[in-house]
Order: sequence, then C-alpha cells, then structure tokens
Amino acid sequence: MSVVSGARGTATPDTFPRLLLQHAAVRPDAPALREKYLGIWQSWTWRQTATEVREMAMGLASLGFRRGDNLAIIGDNRPRLYMAFAAAQSLGGVAVPMYQDAVAAEMTFVLENATIQFAIVEDQEQVDKLLEARETLPQIGHIIYEDPRGLRNYDAPGLISLEQLRELGRKFDAANAGRFDQEVAQGKADDVSVMLYTSGTTGKPKGVCQSHRAFITAAQGGVEFDRLSADDNVLSYLPMAWVGDHLFSYAQALVAGFTVNCPESADTVMTDLREIGPTYYFAPPRIFESVLTSLSIRMEDASRLKQRMYDYFMRVARKFGADILDGRPVPLTGRLLYGLGNLLVYGPLKNTLGMSRIRIAYTAGAAIGPDLFRFYRSIGINLKQLYGSTETCAYVCLQPDGEIKFDSVGKAAPGVEVKIADNGEVLVRGAMVLKEYYKRPDATAESIDDAGYFHTGDAGVFDADGHLKIIDRAKDVGHLSTGEMFAPNYIENKLKFFSHIKEAVCFGHQRDHVVAFINIDLTAVGNWAERRNLVYSGYIDLAGKDEVYALIKDCVEKVNAELATEGELSHSQIQRFLVLHKELDPDDDELTRTRKVRRGFIAEKYAPLLDALYSDKTVQHIETQVKFEDGRTGSIAADVKIGDARRLPMSDKAAA
Amino acid sequence: MSEARKIGDVILKVDNISLRFGGVKALTDISFDVREHEIRAIIGPNGAGKSSMLNVINGVYTPQEGTITFHGQQRRDMDTHEAAEHGIARTFQNIALFTGMTVLDNIMTGRNLKIKASFVEQALWIGRARREEMENRRVVEEIIDFLQLQSVRKTPVARLPYGIKKRVELARALAAEPSMLLLDEPMAGMNVEEKQDMCRFVLDTNEQFGTTIVLIEHDMGVVMDISDRVVVLDYGKKIGDGTPDEVRNNPEVIKAYLGAH
Repeated sequence: MSVVSGARGTATPDTFPRLLLQHAAVRPDAPALREKYLGIWQSWTWRQTATEVREMAMGLASLGFRRGDNLAIIGDNRPRLYMAFAAAQSLGGVAVPMYQDAVAAEMTFVLENATIQFAIVEDQEQVDKLLEARETLPQIGHIIYEDPRGLRNYDAPGLISLEQLRELGRKFDAANAGRFDQEVAQGKADDVSVMLYTSGTTGKPKGVCQSHRAFITAAQGGVEFDRLSADDNVLSYLPMAWVGDHLFSYAQALVAGFTVNCPESADTVMTDLREIGPTYYFAPPRIFESVLTSLSIRMEDASRLKQRMYDYFMRVARKFGADILDGRPVPLTGRLLYGLGNLLVYGPLKNTLGMSRIRIAYTAGAAIGPDLFRFYRSIGINLKQLYGSTETCAYVCLQPDGEIKFDSVGKAAPGVEVKIADNGEVLVRGAMVLKEYYKRPDATAESIDDAGYFHTGDAGVFDADGHLKIIDRAKDVGHLSTGEMFAPNYIENKLKFFSHIKEAVCFGHQRDHVVAFINIDLTAVGNWAERRNLVYSGYIDLAGKDEVYALIKDCVEKVNAELATEGELSHSQIQRFLVLHKELDPDDDELTRTRKVRRGFIAEKYAPLLDALYSDKTVQHIETQVKFEDGRTGSIAADVKIGDARRLPMSDKAAA
Repeated sequence: MSEARKIGDVILKVDNISLRFGGVKALTDISFDVREHEIRAIIGPNGAGKSSMLNVINGVYTPQEGTITFHGQQRRDMDTHEAAEHGIARTFQNIALFTGMTVLDNIMTGRNLKIKASFVEQALWIGRARREEMENRRVVEEIIDFLQLQSVRKTPVARLPYGIKKRVELARALAAEPSMLLLDEPMAGMNVEEKQDMCRFVLDTNEQFGTTIVLIEHDMGVVMDISDRVVVLDYGKKIGDGTPDEVRNNPEVIKAYLGAH
C-alpha cells in the first residue's frame, strides 16, 4: 500500500459510502448539499443525504443492480445525481457520469462500451436520448429520472422516477434488513469507484477507471494542502463527468465534509455565486476572462468619479496587492492605500462578483494570461493554478500559498512523485494514478510503465524552485539543430497573451533558430491604428504596415526577454518573424475546429514564406488559395515583409 | 395540479355571434365550441376577426347578436372581471406587461384575484396577507421554474428580449391558474427557435395543468402541429372547422389562404 505523507489517519474510512456514513454520524445536521429550487435554497443534511443514498441503493438492488455493475449518471449538477454516485458505490458498483450536452449518437459509444444497464438521469431531455440509444442498445433496461416534467405519458418498459426507485428501496430495505450495511462493509478501497471518459480528441473516448483509494488520496492531499474543512462551501456548476468536478464536488466534499451547492440552472450561475459566496472556487480561465471583460465594459459606462477611483486603486492593487496576499513585506503607505482601496473598490467589486468569501480559487485546463492572473490576485482573490488529468484524479501539482507564479503549475502535490523523462515528458507516480483504461489493456500498457509511472503526454521542466512548468504536448516538442529543446506551443501561448496577436505559429525543429508567423487581431490592432490615425483598407493592408511590424516586433522582443531567463528555452528566442497576409482559418484547414494550429500543414502551405524566413530576404511574394464562406475559392497575393527581432543573451534573472 | 390530458365535454360554446362596429361587420353568425383540455386554434388571414372573437369570449366586446355558454351558463356577454374569476386568462398580441417592474413582480400581478386579505391586513402585513403572499410566491416560483425564467427573475421587463417578454406574459396568465387560456398570436414576430420553445411551453402547459387553450395564430405550420381542432375565419365568417387535416383539405380554406379559385 502506498502510504501518502500524513494523508491517512487511523480511522479514516477508505471508501466513499463509508465516508458518507461517517459524516452522517459525526455531523448529522450539518448541510451536505444545497440546491436552489423554486427560488429558495434547499438543504440536505448529512443524515438526510445518507438516508436518500440508502433508499436509492436499495432501490437499485431490488432491480438487480449487482457488484461491479456500471451506473450511468447524466444531467446537470443536482444533489440527487451526486447521491447516485454514492448509491452505486454502496453496492460495489461503478458510477459512470456522462456529459449531459452530448447528443444520443455520441452517448451511444460510452453506453455500449460501459455496458450500461442502469441509468439515473435528470429529465425528459436525457430520457429521450437514452430511449433513442436503446433502439440499438437493448441492454439499457432501467432508466430512472429525477424530474418528471413532460414524462407523464411516457410508457417505456423499465422507465421509473427517482421517487418510485426510493419507494422500491424502502420496501426492499424493510424486507432485507442489514443488506445495505453488509454491502457497504464489503466495499474495498481498491474497488473501482468511478469511470470517467476522456474527451477523445485523439481517437475514441477511453474509460478511465479510478479506485476509491485514488480519489480519496487525491482529495485528502488537496484538503490538507489548502486546509479545507467542513465549514467550506463550493458551488458545483461544471459538468459532473469532468474529473475536476468529481474531485472538488464529490471526493473532497466527502473527505472534508464541506457543503456542495448546486445552481438553480445553468443560466443563473453568476447570481447563485453571489448568493452562496463560496469559500472555495474553481473555474477555467475563460470564465475568469469573461468576468473581467464584462467588468471592464461596465466600468467604461460608469461615472467619471467611479472610473477614476477604479483606475487609481487598481494601480495601487497592481503594485501592492499580490505582495500583501503572499505575505511579503509591503511599506506602510502601501498597506494603508490598499486598505482604503479595499474599502472603496476591491471589497464592493468582490461582493458583486460573489467572490468576497473566496479563500482559495483554482484554475486549470488552459494557459491563463499573466494580466488576468495578476488582476484577480491583486484584488485579493487567492487564485492559484493546478495541474492534473483524468488519469491522475486532477491531482499532480498545486501552487502553494505564497509561492505563486503565473507560468508554473506549482510543486508536486503531497503524495505525488513527479519526474521528467529524458524526452521531456512529465511522469507521475502515486495512488492517484488510474487503475486501468476500461477494456483497453493496450492503452493501459502504453501509458503506465513497469515502474508504475503514468506518462502524461505533456512536456515540462522544473524551475529552480522546484515548480513544474508545463510547456507543450510531448509529441509537439522538437529540438533545435543545436540540440536544445524547442516547445512551439509554449512560445505561441506567450505571443498570444498580447492582445494584438491573435494566432502565432512557431517553427524551429531541426533548424538553428526559431521563426514565427503572426496573425494580428484585427479588432485590437484596428483600434490601435484608428487611435493613431493610421489609414488602412483591410486586413492585408493593415498587416503589411511598418507601424504594425514595429508593434509586433515589440511583442516578440518582450517574449524573447522572458525566454532569455528560462534556461534551455532561451535558445528558442525568435530571430525572424512575419505578419501573415491572411487570417488562419479552420475553413482553410489551417486550424482545427477547436482553434489549434496545424503546424505541419501551415509549413507546407506557406513553404515560400518559411524558406524566406530562413534566408536573408526582407520581402517575399506569395499567392494563397482561400475558401470563402459560400464555398467558392479564390486567391490572394501579397508581398509579405519579414521582420528581425533582437535576441537577448541568456540570463538567470527570474521572471517576476 | 397535474390532471391527465383527456379531452372532455364542451365547456365553452358560442352560438350565432355577430359583432358590428358601426357599419363594419367584424363577425357574422359565428358558432363553434371548445372542449375541456383541448387546444383549439382560431386562424384566418389579416382582418378576419380573430382578435375580435377572442375579445368577445373574455368580455372586452359585447356582441350584438348571439349567446355565449360557459360552463353551462348561457349569456349575451361576458364581464371581463367575471371571465377572469371563472378561470379565463389571456395574453395579448402586443405585449402588455409592466415594463418597469421585474419579471417576478409582473407574474405576481397575475395572482391578484387570489388575494382575499383585506387592505388593512395587507398594509400591516399581518394575518391572511402574509400567508397568502407566501402561497402566491410559491405558485409563481413554480411557474418560473416551469417556463425556465429563473435567470431573469429579478430583471426589469424592459431589459428583456421580445421572445422572453412573450414568455413572461404567458407566465402571468398562468399565475391566475386558469382553466382556460386565451392566447393572442403567441408566436408573432418570433424567430424559428423562439417559436419552437413557445410551442413546447404551450403543449407542456396543456399537458401539465390540463389547461384548455384557445389560440389565435397566423403561422399555419405552428397551428397545424399543436392544435386538436381549428376554426377558420375569413372576413368575419366561419369558413371551416375541424381537425387540422380536415381544415387543410377544405377547399374554402385553401381559397381564402391562397387566393386560388
């Protein structure tokens, strides 16, 4: 047994159903779950939760749900769907949450792969999808729905409401006294507790089997690391099928005993956030970004006095906020000014955003811009980053309080061993690593090596303080002809953090230096040009302006300055760049539908430009085929200029 | 609250209704009936007299001739207040909401008739007033949930898009817990998606609460999809009456709609 640093007390239950029963005994009347229903927040205490879980479990047992069976759970975040996880696990079954917005055809693969016979779903929408899927998958024998609206006239075999299930459960329980406790007692820590399907951007989705031990270890580590307690509150609004929600809203809630709050509907999350005022919060970068954008827009409409106050105190916040949050020394005047700002600006602002009580906020999943990150930290929101994946229970690295860097994902979390393979890939070992991919021994063998390390597929480096920095997908990482590592995505992300740059494509694999194609952001650069009375007729014209080249050159050189401080990556500084004459477009196959650059295709399509970047030319003529929105094709020709950027010598000055 | 939708007996019957405004004959000798729990549509080209017919049913206009039989009681005209007390609620072609008030408050006004507490009780917030307010709020919240208006609960109506305003109007009509709902062009001016949503809500209302629905509509497609029976008016006269299929194949109706001979 891999014992994790102090994470396992002597009497800590080692399965989720046993954790639930422990909370029901220790804090029976404390709220476990909350949901806003008919405009009023309704609570379930731990005792009520345990009772309902017991009824649901016994109901499932009466219908023939057996040890090892899989239970599909589909719907928005609802208290009773969270209970369904525990109900399946009480019987030694496996919860299989599925994305609620998938269409029937997409669900069919998972339903078939996981041989789903039982499903607990939210409403008519999901029932319809399952009934459709059942036409090809007759094994789906039992569909249990929570919300009966619109379902009264349905007459499908095996379709019952959750109320009916609980009624069956109560009868079964009365007739089989002791069965529930016996089932819970039979559960083992190494049983698979949940199966989360990976999104499948590469091939078919794979079911990631995680044991009770894996998630409880990950949850305990996180709970101790951030000192979470039963007094904390979390708002659960991200899909239940996503590993992050399972860790925060299920595993950690059951380990620490804190309260999980479910929003009234997907559209009311912002209002609910304000009403609940969670102490612990998770959001992907895009949510933090959209909050800041709407805030900026509203500030522009505010009165002059408010605007000036906001601008002034945000400057104060930028100067002192992060240091105060991290407990670093700050001059007394700074503290006083910040305190005043807190009274007048930051406090009311956080209150409006529903972030007044946040003690810890996490973001992950994509690169977060430094400005965005600094904004939230400067107004006193302890926003941190973490690193993990479905295969590692979303628990590999966490940023410790007071040691926050926007470009790292923190230190290895308690109980996790992280090392970097020779090819730069991040390897992870610990109890939180997946047991296996469901029915895919080939994929399991491929990603877990003999020493027990899980191969993440991400390339990373440790910096001087032992913080892990994820730089790229391992398969994208190349090497310069001089042998140094070259991580195109990492550099492209740095470039894209500038509002003037929309897309960037870097080349350098097996070359002696790095070059870049840049797409300017027409709105941002257009705005910038207008303010300077710079006349332009369209994208091509604007992209070719010398002033724009100077602007982009400035951005590129700032990136170079950052890279110069990053050890081996300092060799990846950009030597030459050009501003592309057309916007990269998924319609022209230059980007994927999820807007990832297709580097190989672009290199081929724009071969003359790439060659010019690696020569002494200062301008190159190019003709390009384009597809218009109506399907016609045409060609655009341009003389593209090539810019040189200044490279800096390698330095060891740490980036702020 | 949830009654099974089973089309019942005739609850409303209009016989030989004629309505004139001076020399203009808006309606001539119209007779039809409405059965309990059904969705009954009144269709016709512009100026056919559809809205006038609806206004006769809930007592805004008094017809010069003819009788209205509602729940077995025969009368010449309906009093608007009486109509409401008998469980007839309606929405309007041109949205008639209190634009400065929130969605919640607008829907609460639909509960007006259910308030029995005296003025003094209400002013002092005692006795029945308090109980009633809680009960009314509960009903209204159920409707908000039913029509998925949670995210705009506290938003002033003036700030809402058109499609949502129409939904708020339906919500206010439902707040009176009507047994019969008159909808005046509920889908007018909506895009396809909004229309689909509204159809769904009309059908759900009918199914969930067993509400009898009389609706006027311009959009033939919508009507044919959701109605049980359809009356067709043209120049104030009835030219067709029956199931959507019967009406669709009625030569008179085809002529009125397509102008073909």
